[in-house]
Amino acid sequence: MDFALSEEHQMVQRMVRDFAAREIAPNIKDHDRHQTFDRSILPRMAAQGLLGICLPVRYGGAGMDFISLGLACEELEYVDTAYRVILSVHVGLNGLTLLQWGTEEQKQRYLVPQSLGEKIATYGLTEPSAGSDAVGIQSTARREGDHWVLNGEKMWISLADVADNFLVFAWTDQEKKRARDHTGMSAFIIERSFPGVQTGTIHGKLGVRAGNTGWISMKDVPVPAENMLGREGEGFYIAMSALDNGRYTVAWGATGLIRACLDASVRYARERQAFGVEIGRHELVQQMIANMQLKYDTARLLCLRAGWLKNQGVRNTRETSLAKWHATVSSFECAADAVEVHGAYGYSDEYDVERFLRNSKGAVIYEGSREIQQLIQAQYALGYRKDRPLRCEMPAYDPVVWQQEA
Amino acid sequence: MHAIVCIKQVPDTTEVRINPETNTLIREGVASIINPFDTYAIEEGLRLKERFGGKVTVLTMGPPQAREALKEAVAMGADEAILLTDKAFAGSDTWATAYTLSRAIRRLAPFDIILCGKQAIDGDTGQVGPGIARQLQIPQLTYVSRILEIDPESAHIRVERLLEEGREIVDCSLPVLLTVVKDINQPRYPTFMGIRRATRMEIPVWDCQALPEANPEYLGLRGSPTQVVRIFHPPARSGQATLLTGDTPALLAAQLADRLLADKVI
Repeated sequence: MDFALSEEHQMVQRMVRDFAAREIAPNIKDHDRHQTFDRSILPRMAAQGLLGICLPVRYGGAGMDFISLGLACEELEYVDTAYRVILSVHVGLNGLTLLQWGTEEQKQRYLVPQSLGEKIATYGLTEPSAGSDAVGIQSTARREGDHWVLNGEKMWISLADVADNFLVFAWTDQEKKRARDHTGMSAFIIERSFPGVQTGTIHGKLGVRAGNTGWISMKDVPVPAENMLGREGEGFYIAMSALDNGRYTVAWGATGLIRACLDASVRYARERQAFGVEIGRHELVQQMIANMQLKYDTARLLCLRAGWLKNQGVRNTRETSLAKWHATVSSFECAADAVEVHGAYGYSDEYDVERFLRNSKGAVIYEGSREIQQLIQAQYALGYRKDRPLRCEMPAYDPVVWQQEA
Repeated sequence: MHAIVCIKQVPDTTEVRINPETNTLIREGVASIINPFDTYAIEEGLRLKERFGGKVTVLTMGPPQAREALKEAVAMGADEAILLTDKAFAGSDTWATAYTLSRAIRRLAPFDIILCGKQAIDGDTGQVGPGIARQLQIPQLTYVSRILEIDPESAHIRVERLLEEGREIVDCSLPVLLTVVKDINQPRYPTFMGIRRATRMEIPVWDCQALPEANPEYLGLRGSPTQVVRIFHPPARSGQATLLTGDTPALLAAQLADRLLADKVI
């Protein structure tokens, strides 16, 4: 058992930490206040290799492992959630899903430019009236000759107004749609340039205001048959396997947010005086700090375990779900306590902790709400849920294979 | 073009605490980084290599853990790295440090340029760079904010120096030693490729045996003419603050100007 980060992981951590401190932190308050997404961060992340961090070099990636992806998420969300979200959708939900399920042609056509950051990608499952109830989506795809015609609307999609490529899910079997039989769903890669694709941004979110969240509207969008990801009827499995990677990035990000709350609270508790001593000397403040430490360590250990399983190529749906549940719920609690430690100042945007609190709530809801994660854990424990092998499993991380040139 | 960059590993804090008993820096619990000014020197070396080809060698003297700083420089793109470490080097002041580094640089010759940060953020002396140049008997250009021209063929360099009175343009011959200020560039981040190369690289360690030319009398504490008698925090400044009040910024500025003139500040 080795709990130490390797030298390579430590260097990745330092690099992303510096990057976030220099490239993101100086302007984050402005972007958050004005609800602007800073597109200029994308070429900078691309130049650094972050947009393909854990994808194989032959697919344009940087060839690092799943722990590196996690550490990058932790460091980005330490500064602000919006920038971790980029990795979640672009790498976690989209890139890794193409790696797992895509044909060689699809990988060359879509994954390579995405990993290089020449194209930005996202994932569209959620719809205006279907979130946790993924089988309740209404989008449809009907076959017409050598292509599919997609109709429907996706909602709460990160980078909706920014991305070039979208991985969307739609019913290809209308009978099964009516019967709510998930084997009637399929996955498609669509491009912004396809006729009938429209997107928009949602404003007025509680948090992640420096991020871009929006909707995708598909009206008779012709999609070439070769843009179906996986086989017809595999959409639901693909969507769920993608969440194993998306949730992993969310869990790591929440861990970074907890650390940000802990650091901010410790700093403030040492400097603010009350009743003649620094407030860190008061036991009820200590209790909040102790809880943050507990949650940081436990969340991070769960994330590391999930990452280790991914590196081994072992199915990790349960472990990733547990990490996501614990880390996100903890980050919300820690952010609320961080505001409390800061007192009235924490309630104003002079300090960062109010932003942390607003940002933390989203991840408790998206990529499988707190309630869904609890159901998953209970169903595994009770034996109601078992992992079945997938037609395409994510391969184990092998540095030699991952770092092979094309 | 062979650029040698001298770097120092320093504690990652501007608030270095001092152990009052031993008069030494408290390093426990403080993460170490490359001296920030030295990162500009590394970047400048890498840019020269990108322009002219050749290689960048980073050199540091310090305890074994200073290897981390060298690896960081390799992750940024440096080609080679040398760690000078030996108990015999311990306790070196700026003179002995410059002496030791210069002897190592002789072993790395030939070179076209030596790059150093203008000073280290822990000791703040700014003496090691110039000391190396003196030991090697090559010209030194300190506080360089821009390399305006450089031609390895004709062995000529023109730089801009950032001085208190203004900017100075200087022509000089190569080889030369430059100390650089932070205006000179924006250091790059390590790359994933660089990180992999760095973690797999065996960094050569040179002890005093590796420097046969060096006079043992000039090394470490024994070779250091500086004797630290006492290190202390300067007393906290005391003073009085006056709050100026006025209706408009113009009125406030006028009041401030009057006060400064009266106090003979301006």
